[in-house]
Amino acid sequence: MEKPKNRVYLDNNATTMLDPKAKELMDIYFCEKYGNPNSLHSFGTETHSAIREAFNHLYDGINAKDEDDIIITSCATESNNWVLKGVYFDVLRHGKKNHIITTEVEHPAILSTCRFLEELGVEVTYLPIGESGGLDAKEVEKAITDKTALVSIMWANNETGIIFPIEEIGAICKEKGVLFHTDAVQAIGKIPVDVQKCNIDFLSFSAHKFHGPKGIGGLFIKKGRELTPLFHGGEHMGGRRSGTLNVPYIVAMGEAMRQATLYLDFEKNNVRRLRDRLEDALLSLPDTFVVGNRSNRVPNTILVSIRGVEGEAMLWDLNKFGIACSTGSACASEDLEANPVMSAIGADKELAHTAVRISLSRFTTEEEINYTIDIFKKSIERLRAISSSY
Amino acid sequence: MAKNELLGGALWDAYSKKVSERMDNPTHLGVITQDEADKRGLKLIVADYGAEACGDAVRLYWLVDSNDVIVDAKFKSFGCGTAIASSDMMVELCLGKKVQEAVKITNIDVEKALRDDPDTPAVPGQKMHCSVMAYDVIKKAAGLYLGKNPEDFEDEIIVCECARVSLGTLKEVIKLNDLKSVEEITEYTKAGAFCKSCIKPGGHEEREYYLVDILRDVRAEMEEESLKNKADSSASGNLSFNDMTMVQKIKAIESVIDEKIRPMLMMDGGNMEIIELKNASDGYTDVYIRYLGACSGCASGSTGTLFAIESVLQEALDKSIRVFPV
Repeated sequence: MEKPKNRVYLDNNATTMLDPKAKELMDIYFCEKYGNPNSLHSFGTETHSAIREAFNHLYDGINAKDEDDIIITSCATESNNWVLKGVYFDVLRHGKKNHIITTEVEHPAILSTCRFLEELGVEVTYLPIGESGGLDAKEVEKAITDKTALVSIMWANNETGIIFPIEEIGAICKEKGVLFHTDAVQAIGKIPVDVQKCNIDFLSFSAHKFHGPKGIGGLFIKKGRELTPLFHGGEHMGGRRSGTLNVPYIVAMGEAMRQATLYLDFEKNNVRRLRDRLEDALLSLPDTFVVGNRSNRVPNTILVSIRGVEGEAMLWDLNKFGIACSTGSACASEDLEANPVMSAIGADKELAHTAVRISLSRFTTEEEINYTIDIFKKSIERLRAISSSY
Repeated sequence: MAKNELLGGALWDAYSKKVSERMDNPTHLGVITQDEADKRGLKLIVADYGAEACGDAVRLYWLVDSNDVIVDAKFKSFGCGTAIASSDMMVELCLGKKVQEAVKITNIDVEKALRDDPDTPAVPGQKMHCSVMAYDVIKKAAGLYLGKNPEDFEDEIIVCECARVSLGTLKEVIKLNDLKSVEEITEYTKAGAFCKSCIKPGGHEEREYYLVDILRDVRAEMEEESLKNKADSSASGNLSFNDMTMVQKIKAIESVIDEKIRPMLMMDGGNMEIIELKNASDGYTDVYIRYLGACSGCASGSTGTLFAIESVLQEALDKSIRVFPV
């Protein structure tokens, strides 16, 4: 198999390349149209109207109502922090309700913040996920008590790509009168996201996961939901989040959202077809496993375990051939615990250390996937020859 | 935290060329069979260490001759790049050595041998851990060959695996140099300088001993010893007033008051008590007293009587004593 001209980027759950159309638009707002959108003069009004349009794309992208707020933040980490800490300031600290429900496999922006809130006296339930990697909405329902103020559950898992039953959970939360937040970072641009249909009160997203720029994201806040600001200052965003607006990034995020929405069918069909082909090829090799049922996963993700091959060693070999993937292997991270998602789904520990995450995008080509299949086979063969355990 | 630590390192960029080369093409990779050993008339040792479940496992093969010399060696490894490269180097360092010599090879030796230049570490700090396995498997192999437990080769408990610093060394260094912080310990011993797991719980891996606890315990032990010394010297009358602890000072003052001052005051229907004792910043020991009974209204309580009390104490104990009525 011939090597593609460029390197092969299959780490799109970590970050994505900027959509060329978003970049084209963004460039204009760096040097040509650089006015402060709050200024009254023509420099201000031209950026103001661009931001207005970007907002339209964001609202459309998640089907938010005009009366709701989408606040621009620096990233989903900020959005997630804001929801949890905001709910703490507005509800939890008064003591009547003191309980949050989340899962064991959330992003650290949720888990670390929950642990921080526990120090302040908040009670947190971390729901375990089943062997299939999924979550049963009934488990959420069972965990809700009259002390529960907030349920925070990710839309799709970053490691496995497994989709959680957000619509069902939203309905349960509405019925029980509990606030519902979802971290939709890994869902937007991959599957339809509809805040109305799913009864969502708060939703976090991050531009660079759907071909927008890094360092900008957003938080959807349903009309009527209080949230004490994290940043106090001027009157930007109606006083909810102060700081001069980052015009080029907002414009680019809006365009990226528009493109992502346009490409949803392409994700569902074409990206998924490539993903499935790669997955089939990997599964045809002996002693390889993929986590989670294909039909319940975002179309771009595979978490594959290759018995006998340590995750970071695999990445090293793939990288040598220009292929970029990711691993939850402890060796490549800050602590030596095995991939937390793998541990949570009860996979045996050997497999947890061998997990490699492959995440495609709409820019992934057939040629790249063919090449990747070829290299995977070679690397697995080499590393299994070295391996003492295979 | 500081500028160089805020961003963290680009992990693979910090690997030496030797590490990369050995990861790509390990030179001592392979298996040695019993057949081969029998044909060559050598003893085969096969040692396993670690487990795939821990994310790191290595198998070491040695062929040993009748003089205990390792004449051939191979390895297999389930591990990351660093684990593979350091296993490869470990095998190389074993070759030609007597088993009894080979057990002295540490992971530090392996890491040093993998450096491109003597002053630049071969792997970033958090990967030092991955070279420890190579060290442990040698102990296992030597244990099998010599019929001993691998632990027999350890002099004592190792607190920092990366830098191979023992509990004994740490205790000694803290005491000898009167170390007060973990940073000082790292400066003196290199313990805690690499993967940092041994500093406190919650690091790269779980440890049995942590530097913060060792420091606290040794400091407490030192404090206790110093107190005991003071008590001993005090009992034998060898302790000067200024070296006494607060309690010892109070006791000393009380006993002088009982013996030489109180009888005098009581003859006039009065008495006194010590309220507080303070080490003043100018080096004096300030004794705060309150007069009781007839003394409490007496005019000379702030003049003659006070001077008398002060001078008796100064003469009996130390010139640095000052007395204040409250």
